[in-house]
Amino acid sequence: MSEQEQINEVLATDYQAGFVTDIESDTFPPGLSEETVRKISRMKDEPEFLLEWRLKAYHHWLTLETPEWAHVNYPEIDYQAISYYSAPKKKTDGPKSLDEVDPELLRTYEKLGVPLDERARLAGVAVDAVFDSVSVANTFQDKLAEDGIIFMPFSKAVHAHPELIKKYLGSVVSYKDNFYAALNSALFSDGSFVYIPKGTRCPMELSTYFRINAANTGQFERTLIIADDDAYVSYLEGCTAPMRDENQLHAAVVELVAHDRAEIKYSTVQNWYPGDENGVGGIFNFVTKRAACRGVSSKVSWTQVETGSAITWKYPSIILQGDNSTGEFYSVAVTNNMQQADTGTKMIHLGKNTSSTIISKGIAAGRSQNSYRGLVRVGPNAENARNYTECDSLLMGDQCGAHTFPYIEVKNPTAQIEHEASTSKISEDQLFYCKQRGLDADDAVSMIVNGFCKEVMRQLPMEFAVEAQNLLSLSLEGSVG
Amino acid sequence: MKMLEIKNLHASVGDKEILRGINLTINAGEVHAIMGPNGAGKSTLSNVLAGRDGYTITQGEVLYKGENLLELAAEERAQRGVFLAFQYPVEIPGVSNIYLLKAALNAVRKYQGLDELDAIDFLSLVRSKLDLVKMDEQFLHRGVNEGFSGGEKKRNEILQMALLEPSLAILDETDSGLDIDALKTVSEGVNGLRSADRSIVMITHYQRLLDYIEPDFVHVLSDGKIVKTGDKELAKELEKTGYSWVQQGQAE
Repeated sequence: MSEQEQINEVLATDYQAGFVTDIESDTFPPGLSEETVRKISRMKDEPEFLLEWRLKAYHHWLTLETPEWAHVNYPEIDYQAISYYSAPKKKTDGPKSLDEVDPELLRTYEKLGVPLDERARLAGVAVDAVFDSVSVANTFQDKLAEDGIIFMPFSKAVHAHPELIKKYLGSVVSYKDNFYAALNSALFSDGSFVYIPKGTRCPMELSTYFRINAANTGQFERTLIIADDDAYVSYLEGCTAPMRDENQLHAAVVELVAHDRAEIKYSTVQNWYPGDENGVGGIFNFVTKRAACRGVSSKVSWTQVETGSAITWKYPSIILQGDNSTGEFYSVAVTNNMQQADTGTKMIHLGKNTSSTIISKGIAAGRSQNSYRGLVRVGPNAENARNYTECDSLLMGDQCGAHTFPYIEVKNPTAQIEHEASTSKISEDQLFYCKQRGLDADDAVSMIVNGFCKEVMRQLPMEFAVEAQNLLSLSLEGSVG
Repeated sequence: MKMLEIKNLHASVGDKEILRGINLTINAGEVHAIMGPNGAGKSTLSNVLAGRDGYTITQGEVLYKGENLLELAAEERAQRGVFLAFQYPVEIPGVSNIYLLKAALNAVRKYQGLDELDAIDFLSLVRSKLDLVKMDEQFLHRGVNEGFSGGEKKRNEILQMALLEPSLAILDETDSGLDIDALKTVSEGVNGLRSADRSIVMITHYQRLLDYIEPDFVHVLSDGKIVKTGDKELAKELEKTGYSWVQQGQAE
C-alpha cells in the first residue's frame, strides 16, 4: 500500500455523532412566509417589540440576494422546503428541572459526551442544551444566579429580562447585516442568553450544546452574551447532528458585548455532520458571529475548532471600539472528503491603542476546499493600532485545496500590521519518519496535525482541549481516539 | 548470532533496477560500512531495509533475526529494533521532540509487552541519554528538528537511537553536512552505543567517518552490487584512489 493510499485509509472514518434520537416532535410543515415568523413568535408568547423586529428582519431578508462571494459551491437552497421549527413534545412550557426532562434526551446528550447531570463529569461547566429549535435543559442556573449571573435559554430571557434583550439584541449584528443574519433575525427559535454583572468573574465555564435531530429542519439559534464592566466569562459551544442524505441549514447569530475592562472568551467546537465521502448530506453552516469590545481595555477572544459541516461560512469578528481593547481569533478548520470551509475573521479597529491577533490553521484533506478569509481594518481615529495575523494551511494528499484571502484596510498611518502565511503538506517524508520510529500511520497523522494546531488548541479551556484534540484526530483518522 | 542476512536482493524504482543482487551477512555486534559512489544504491538499500514505500523487491530475501523482514510494515520493523538514522531528518513543526521520543519509545515498549513509561520515568531516562550526544535539555522541548542546524539534527538522530536501543542501526550518511566538531560528537555518541548485541550499518560516501567509528568490515557498493569487501584499510585505499578503479575492475 502506498503512503497516499494509507493517508486515504486513515482519512476514511465514521462520524461518531450521527445517530438519530427517536422522539416525538412538534414540527412546523415546511414553508416560509410572514405567517411562519408570526407563528414562531406566537409559540413563544413573545412581547410585541420582538415580533416587530422579526417582521422587519423578514421583510428586509426578502429584498436580499444569497451572497456568492465565498469560495464555496452548493446547490441553491429552497427556503420553502425547510421546516423552521421543531421541538420535542412536552407537557409543560419552558425548560424544566432535569428530573422532568425526557430520559431519551438525557441519553442523547450522555451519548454525545455532554452529561447534563450536575453531579457528572463536567461538574465545573454549566450547560444549556438546545435540541432542534428549543432549549431542553439548562444546568446550574440557580447556582449562577447567586452571583447575579444570568444564563438561560433565549426564549426564557425574553420574558425574564426583556429590558436587556431590547437593549442589546441586534446591537452588534443588525438584522440588516447580511442575508443569513436577516433570516436568523426573522426566524430564530432559541439559543442562550448570558449576562455577567459588573465586577463578576463567572465561576464556571458556561456552555451551550446544539443538537439538530429532526429531518428537513433548519436550526436558527441566537446567542447573546454581555459582560458588564470588569466582568469575565468563558463560554463554549458544541454542535452535532445525525447523518442524513439531505443537507440541513444552520444559520446562527452570536452577539457578544464587552464593557469596560470586561473579558469574554468564546470557544466553539463545531462538529456538525459533514456529509459522506461523496459529499451527500451534511449541514450548511452559515453563521454570523460578532463581538463588540465597547468598553475601554475590554477583551474578546474567539477560539474555534471547526471539523464538521458540508459548508462552513463563518467569520467571528471583533469591533474594537473601546480604547486599549484587544481582540483575538484562534481557528482550526479541518475539511475532509467533499467539505468546503470559508472561514476567518474581521478585526475592526476603531479605538486608540487597540490590538488584535489572528492565528488561523486550515487543514484540508480528501477533495475538500479550505479557505481563510480575513479583514483587518484600521479606522482613521485608531491611533497605534496593532495587528498580527498568521494563517497556515496544511494539505493532506493532492486533491484538496487551501486558499487565503486576506484583506487589509488601513486609514491611520500609525498602524502596525503584520501578516504571515504558509502552506505545507503532510509529506511522505514526515509519515515515514514517524513510522520508522515505530508509530503507525494513525498516530503519526494525529501527532503531525495536533502539532500544526498547537497554538490554537492551547487556547481552549482545559475541560475541552482533550476532547477537541480527539475530535481532530477522529475527523482525520480511523482508529485513534 | 546472525542479525541480518541479505540474499540476492534486487529492488527497483519504477522499471529501473537499482539493487542488482546484494548479498550481505551481518552478525550481532559487528559494525559494517557500506561505501560507494553516488547512484550506487546506498540510500535505496537503507530505505528498503527500513521499509520505505516506493520500492519493488523483484528478487531475493532479507532475514532479520531469522524473520522475513520484507513482509513487515515500516513501523513493525522499527518496533522490532530496526532503526534508521536519516540522512535528512524531517521537521515536524509544533510536535515537541520529547513528545515524539516518548511516542516512539512507548510504541517499542508496547511491542515488547512492557507498560508505557510515565512522564517522570521517561524524563529521567531521556535526560540520562542527553550527555551521550552533548545535547541540552532545551532540545527536548523544541519542535522535532524545527530550526535545528545540520549538526543538531544528526545528534538528535543519535539521541533517538540511544533511547530506542535498536538491535540493528542503519546510519545513512550520518557524516554528511557535519563540521569536524559535530562529526566527533556524533561519532562518540555512536561509539558509546556499540555493543555485543547491536549491529551497526554505516552508509557513507567518505572515509573520514571511519576514522572515528572503526568498522569491522567495509563493503563497496557499485551499480547495485557489493563489488568488494575488506577491512578498514579498504576504505583508506578508496580515499586515495577514488571509486573509479572499483568500477573499472567491475567492468573488466
